[in-house]
Amino acid sequence: MTLAFLGMNWQTLADAVSLGAIYALMAVGIGLVFGVLRLVNFAYGQLVMAGAYALAFAYDHGWPVSVGILLCFAVVLTLSLLLDRIVFRPLRAHSPAVMLVATFAIAFLLQSIALLWFGPLGKISASLAALNQPVTISGVDIRKIAIVATALAAACLLALVLLLGRTRVGLHMRAAAMDFRTAELLGVRAGRVITAAVLVSGVLAAIVAVMLTVQTPLVTPDFALRDTILVLAGVVLGGMNRLVPATLGGFAIGFASGLLGGALPTNWSQYLPSFLFAAVILVLLVRPGGLFTREGQRAAERV
Amino acid sequence: MSRSFAGVHALREVTLELGRREVVGLIGPNGAGKSTLVNVLSGFDLPTSGSVELEGKDVTRWSPGRRGRNGLSRTFQHSHAFRSLSVRENVEVAALGVGASAREAKDRASELLGTLGLTAQANAAAETLAQGDERRLGVARALATRPRFVLLDEPAAGLPEAELPDFSSAVRAVRDDHDAGVLLIDHNVALIMAICDRIYVLDQGRMLAEGTPGEIQANLDVAAAYLGESAVQDTGA
Repeated sequence: MTLAFLGMNWQTLADAVSLGAIYALMAVGIGLVFGVLRLVNFAYGQLVMAGAYALAFAYDHGWPVSVGILLCFAVVLTLSLLLDRIVFRPLRAHSPAVMLVATFAIAFLLQSIALLWFGPLGKISASLAALNQPVTISGVDIRKIAIVATALAAACLLALVLLLGRTRVGLHMRAAAMDFRTAELLGVRAGRVITAAVLVSGVLAAIVAVMLTVQTPLVTPDFALRDTILVLAGVVLGGMNRLVPATLGGFAIGFASGLLGGALPTNWSQYLPSFLFAAVILVLLVRPGGLFTREGQRAAERV
Repeated sequence: MSRSFAGVHALREVTLELGRREVVGLIGPNGAGKSTLVNVLSGFDLPTSGSVELEGKDVTRWSPGRRGRNGLSRTFQHSHAFRSLSVRENVEVAALGVGASAREAKDRASELLGTLGLTAQANAAAETLAQGDERRLGVARALATRPRFVLLDEPAAGLPEAELPDFSSAVRAVRDDHDAGVLLIDHNVALIMAICDRIYVLDQGRMLAEGTPGEIQANLDVAAAYLGESAVQDTGA
């Protein structure tokens, strides 16, 4: 009833939750690398784009879905490791500003490469298009992808909680994210921790690529660019320094984006990003440390 | 070794030797160069001239982490605890870092937290600890790497007087049970005199004296340079 009043339906709500879930995964991917490298990876969206092109390439050649997904993972993970070795590690000692600008450069480089190789019109990746079909759950039509994306994101987040909480590399990643130098002094292998973070982040980017191509089968060079900017805003909104707030921030902005996208009249939808970013600015003015961090934590992080 | 910052000599041709199975004290007034010396030894700073050797190997150019994995561990004056990890996890990180299995790391953490009197706080987040507890956590963490040499930078500062005997026995246990060499830096001269096998006295970047607690006590130069000043500090603190 309330939903109807807001001009929404269950379908919109389910889509909003699933978009939130996908953005939460992107937020984790960005947050993990930020944790160990203090690097805001603006090029994260281009990793997703590369994965999407891999899926489109496989679809183009008529390869089975499973091969397409494997190719997507292979491309994204290879690219992640290459970026780490060639760019991030050599720049590790430099200021965050240098690293941020470097990731901007990489983002545009990868976009340009995509433009050169695949052209401006884009490629279709429709191998999983069947997931856009609705299923009816107690009289409500919900797209399968909304359910799959939400469940998959929940499973990934659970796996990540176990990885970070229960394993050696997870404990080391958390320690390194808090104080890299001390962790190194205590014998934590910096290289391994960074590689682990980059790999997990890459796996998440590949999963996001699969999910996003279902919703947006047309893969263009600016694929996932808008999503990345929104997620980065969400991460800052939630609180950059800690993974859980950053993830919640990603979810919140995805959820809000999906909800507003469904609720706004069609001729208003072009203003959606403006609404979202105005909201982000407002929130940050009120809570500069992030929406989902506790008072004490924020005070402590600044010291 | 020597170390100067922008022409100011923080350390002038200082030599310090630390063997296994001994507790060596390093005392001196504020600004004497104690922390600089620890930083150079642990790899956080490079000497301007001279070298650092670890069990016969020249490690002057080694990173702190590499020295850590090769048996040299240290604590800090300011807490470098992993704030949102639990006290136990802080210790486990260090044990795992030098290759302990998960099981060993857990056991080692329990044992060390017991030795240092932190069992009750084991599951609390490190950021909730009181200052004295935080320092002891630093010591527990340094010891979890099973170091052959450990540098303790003012580990007893902020400890209540009543806890000093426990702390002293913990430091001796490092020497006797773990066969490690301990370099102990502290302002508390009585504590240093009571625990250490040998003592170095540093003043204005120079090594003023070296000897057993008895010899140091008798050394008048030391009294002038250090004890007098520390008496002033003690009443001021």
